[in-house]
Amino acid sequence: MELAIGIILGCCALGAGMAMIAGIGPGIGEGNAVAKACEAIGRQPESRSAVTTTMLMGCAVAETTGLYALVIAILLIFLAPGRLVNILVETMNTLS
Amino acid sequence: MKSKKKSSKFRLVDGFLLIMMIIPIAFGMTLHILFNPPSNGIEIAGPLVYFTIPMPIQPLPISESQVNSWLLLISVFFLCLYLTHGISAKRPTKRQHIVEWGIEQIDKLVSDNMGEFFKDFAPFVAAIMILSAFSSLMTLVGLYPPTSDLNIVGGWALLVFILITYYKLKCGFVHYLKSFAEPVAFLTPLNVISEFATPVSMAFRHYGNILSGSVISVLVAAALQGLSSMVLGKLPGFLGQFPLLQIGLPAVLSVYFDIFSGLLQAFIFAMLTMLYISSGFPEEDYRQKLKRKVTAN
Repeated sequence: MELAIGIILGCCALGAGMAMIAGIGPGIGEGNAVAKACEAIGRQPESRSAVTTTMLMGCAVAETTGLYALVIAILLIFLAPGRLVNILVETMNTLS
Repeated sequence: MKSKKKSSKFRLVDGFLLIMMIIPIAFGMTLHILFNPPSNGIEIAGPLVYFTIPMPIQPLPISESQVNSWLLLISVFFLCLYLTHGISAKRPTKRQHIVEWGIEQIDKLVSDNMGEFFKDFAPFVAAIMILSAFSSLMTLVGLYPPTSDLNIVGGWALLVFILITYYKLKCGFVHYLKSFAEPVAFLTPLNVISEFATPVSMAFRHYGNILSGSVISVLVAAALQGLSSMVLGKLPGFLGQFPLLQIGLPAVLSVYFDIFSGLLQAFIFAMLTMLYISSGFPEEDYRQKLKRKVTAN
């Protein structure tokens, strides 16, 4: 029983960590976006405000996939272990 | 010419409005302190549940985030009354200049991003922006920010989704259904999914940003506390228990996560609202439909 609960907790933590691998994608994407925006501002300093606004918008949209991963990781850390342990306890009770 | 003297009645009303602005926030803080269970150390918890209303299917919990957002509505209402108090066309006061500048900015933003047809959307967009910004800034007074609760932000996203669908339906139901089969017919399932992904992604983006900020702040604060008790724990008396390393870094993180990120997310939420509504609306077809109606009559 303790072993099963330990496996559940460990796997939830592992899954949360693996879910956050998705943070790589938005990182690279936002880095590219900011680099291009810097280039654009360097070429045309007068269009600074428009470029900055568009860059922030694009960054926010590119961040979405990373945030999906974050939500899943948070669910795995804070919600999933309790539920899974409850299910385990109930099945053990019905079996015995 | 320039008589800066305000009548005592004017000052009295001003003071009353300011006090009414502060009372809801103070009330929220009192509730938070009264209901906060005693905890040992730093922990990450969801919103407190103040009370539950018995309902036929499932009891309805009234959580801290809901109560805080209601209190914020009252507070912002009195803030608006305070800012527009004593407004005059002949001798504008300092706060009138500030408010007029803000309203001009919002009007410009909306007409730049949504076009002339949606010019009347400025109050709605401004309301969403202000509500979201102040909700995120509520962490500064120690209250649970309503925007880090998925239910609150999901409600706003649902409102925006209803508006998007309303403006898509302006050209008739058949036109709305046909718009899913564009550009090719076999993309229909993908279009339907992306239609429903819009409010989900809006809600998740706003909520995830604010929540991740608070989680990271708490984790860093806890780590610094552990580190300082490890390094400085050997020192005698008060010096050993005081978390000296906690000074500094959490404040910098708070400036980024609470102020910058919160205001940026408010701006982005309002911006996406404008973009989704105006891009979903088939303006050309609507104009042709209006023209046909005029020629038919």
